Amino acid sequence: MIYDALIAPFIEFEFMRRALAGVIALSLGGAPIGVFLMLRRMSLVGDAMAHAILPGAAVGFLLSGLNLFAMTFGGLIAGFAVALLSGLVARSTELKEDASLAAFYLVSLALGVTIVSVKGTNIDLLHVLFGNILAMDDQTLLVIAFNATITLLVLAVIYRPLVIECVDPVFLRTVSRAGAPAHLAFLALVVINLVNGFHALGTLLAVGLMILPAGIARFWSRDITGMIAIAVASAALSGFAGLLVSFHTKVPSGPAIILVCAGLYVVSVLFGSVSGLVRQLFPGRHLEA
Amino acid sequence: MLRFVSIFVVALVALVGPASANADAARLNIVATFSILGDFAKNVGGERVNVTTLVGPNSDTHVYTPTPSDAKKITDAKLVIVNGLGLEGWLPRLVKSSGSKAATVVATKGVATRKIEDGHSHDPSDADPHAWQSVVNAKTYVTNIRDALIAADPAGAEAYKANAASYLSKLDALDRDVREAVAKIPPERRSVISTHDAFGYFAAAYGIKFIAPQGVSTESEPSARDIAAIISQIKKQKIPAVFLENVSDPRLMRRIAAETGANIGGTLYSDSLTDEKGPAPTYIDMVRHNIKALTSALSS
Repeated sequence: MIYDALIAPFIEFEFMRRALAGVIALSLGGAPIGVFLMLRRMSLVGDAMAHAILPGAAVGFLLSGLNLFAMTFGGLIAGFAVALLSGLVARSTELKEDASLAAFYLVSLALGVTIVSVKGTNIDLLHVLFGNILAMDDQTLLVIAFNATITLLVLAVIYRPLVIECVDPVFLRTVSRAGAPAHLAFLALVVINLVNGFHALGTLLAVGLMILPAGIARFWSRDITGMIAIAVASAALSGFAGLLVSFHTKVPSGPAIILVCAGLYVVSVLFGSVSGLVRQLFPGRHLEA
Repeated sequence: MLRFVSIFVVALVALVGPASANADAARLNIVATFSILGDFAKNVGGERVNVTTLVGPNSDTHVYTPTPSDAKKITDAKLVIVNGLGLEGWLPRLVKSSGSKAATVVATKGVATRKIEDGHSHDPSDADPHAWQSVVNAKTYVTNIRDALIAADPAGAEAYKANAASYLSKLDALDRDVREAVAKIPPERRSVISTHDAFGYFAAAYGIKFIAPQGVSTESEPSARDIAAIISQIKKQKIPAVFLENVSDPRLMRRIAAETGANIGGTLYSDSLTDEKGPAPTYIDMVRHNIKALTSALSS
């Protein structure tokens, strides 16, 4: 019974195994990035960047159809361009980073929609907006796994400056000049993981597997290592459960995964051991010496 | 989307209409409800008629909503050609409200109808309206249209008879070609999974089985369950080819093909022709396109 519900779909169907592999790879790369975004109060930056990536992916799509590399490459270029330009404007003028990012991603989004509607049909764009995790071919899986590996390696290298910058940027500036390069490398990782996500979940939901697990982790742990572990685990769990929900009911897979994740988030908000609402109402006994 | 296109096409026709009507004042104005009927009428009427179709290429006749300019077209027409069998549920009221004195000809008159099998019904009478998918029936359409044209315009009787005869011989050739193409497919491979419900007459006439995918919603994004159902069905019934219009994502189609070994067929045109640039601008092109898509998917 439990076997039939939880394991059999993956044994029986290869596309389910591939989808699971894809979503686990996404979790490994995206969830840690999400934790850092959250700690730096940049969660909405992830969302803005996801929109910024769309036109690049759309242009790649128009030039060569549903071609993995064209779309990845286009998305990377658009994402980096918006990240760099908005960083440049923020550093050299009085406009703050959030405003300049908003400006550039809106320009990018408008450009994308214009290019697509001038050149092609809007129906096909839906494939870009809502990727399909059920259609993981070898190429897509390899690209996602490759990007996740790169993400973990780069994170390992810039982990120290990144953590210190999250906690105490002024201190970091006094002891090291690694702050700016680490920040740029981190932005690059954000873009890479969003591009990764849109192959599986589409541009609109790509950000979901980054931000929601980070939010969940915040309610269960106080240290960064713990948060990252919990975020990765909850993202992978959402992927597994979401695929099963989509298999047993008729919900499309991408939204199912994100909705399961959202469910975990709500549970965490209510019952989380760190600042969860129920925990605050009934604090329990204080430890007494 | 399609509806917008059709409205746009209708609007365009309405804009261009009056000018060309003046130029061809001598011609007989005919309205056909959709593109396939329009193609028949053009072939039979030739130079003597001016054919306007209400539902343009690439649009769905089942869910069409008539516009005021359609009423005007019907008012101007001498003859309205309809498919009947409940396909154009919206038409009778349109004819009545336009106050037209046009004669209406039902092109399927005399066709041996078949019931809809899958419970997807257009009409309480439950007859499948897609009779044109069998070329034999298409010949009935043509003779009905020919007789109606002669009745409406007796002066052109000879021309209509000649046009119809030459078009009917083309349809005969088409029918032969389709039968030959099907005969080349090994009998055990003559089945496909298709979301189309429009090929009942085709299946009955030529012996290719169209199996509906079980438990798959045809309109929304497919879920993991839908894909799993399709895959198990293909494996269990050993179906050699799949035509899935609703699974429009080519990556997903490739995945299904990789997992089952079935061939993925292209597009089958059923309810309307394409525009001039498309693969099926005329009825004969449409049938040839469909049979080519079917044979290339079914031959191993």
